[in-house]
Amino acid sequence: MSTFEVGQELTPQTFIISRAKLVDYANASGDQNPIHQNEEFARAVGLENVIAHGMYTMGLAGQYVSAIAGSSARVKELSARFTKPVVVPAQTDVELIVSATVTEVNSDSARLEITATCNGVKVLGMAKALISL
Amino acid sequence: MLNPDLVGRTVTGTTSTTVTQESIEAFARALGEKNTEVAPPTFAITISLDQSQSLLQSSGLDWSRVVHGDQRFEIHRPIIAGDQVRCDTTIESARVVAGNEIVTVRGDIFAGNECLVSTWSTLVFRG
Repeated sequence: MSTFEVGQELTPQTFIISRAKLVDYANASGDQNPIHQNEEFARAVGLENVIAHGMYTMGLAGQYVSAIAGSSARVKELSARFTKPVVVPAQTDVELIVSATVTEVNSDSARLEITATCNGVKVLGMAKALISL
Repeated sequence: MLNPDLVGRTVTGTTSTTVTQESIEAFARALGEKNTEVAPPTFAITISLDQSQSLLQSSGLDWSRVVHGDQRFEIHRPIIAGDQVRCDTTIESARVVAGNEIVTVRGDIFAGNECLVSTWSTLVFRG
């Protein structure tokens, strides 16, 4: 863990998002908003299709940070702006690619700037984490 | 529009719930996390968002028009199974931009007197 250096680019990880995973997340989180499960409903409110919960995307980014930190117990801060929706068509595996750059290293902590993209489009903005070392 | 008098007001959580190992495992599984000794960093949203929703709905905002703008967590101590938690909710700011009402709500999740997680949600109510 102490080998982090400012400017270091951490190995990206690809997460697969599907309709089934959105249902799992809805059940686990309690967020049953139909725009994350029901295509007809999503279109009726002006979306192009079902979209992932912003908190699901952020949760996956959090999972990436936990893996880098060695444990969720070492994640001290996590923040993100939901800039673009992650559109999840039926019968489709959507790839979310999460990566991070080390922006600050202290004796017992490090700050990361996180990038999350879907089909080349950034879906999180200002995504940052503080981890303890 | 939100009554400006509500900004800065904290509503103390009156009900405490016990975090179960099952709820942590279900949340972790949905994110692909195998280690469930502590809750994933974003687990606090399952506690804070319900409180924010009931406060803002009772203040007259239409939850069916909400979009999640941003989210921040400060984790002082990770949530674990057995924690008896309650959430204090504060409307930190509310402003209208281009017909949309942008509200920032803070949730402070306590176990006893210990604040485990502070979390901020910016919610955009489309006009």
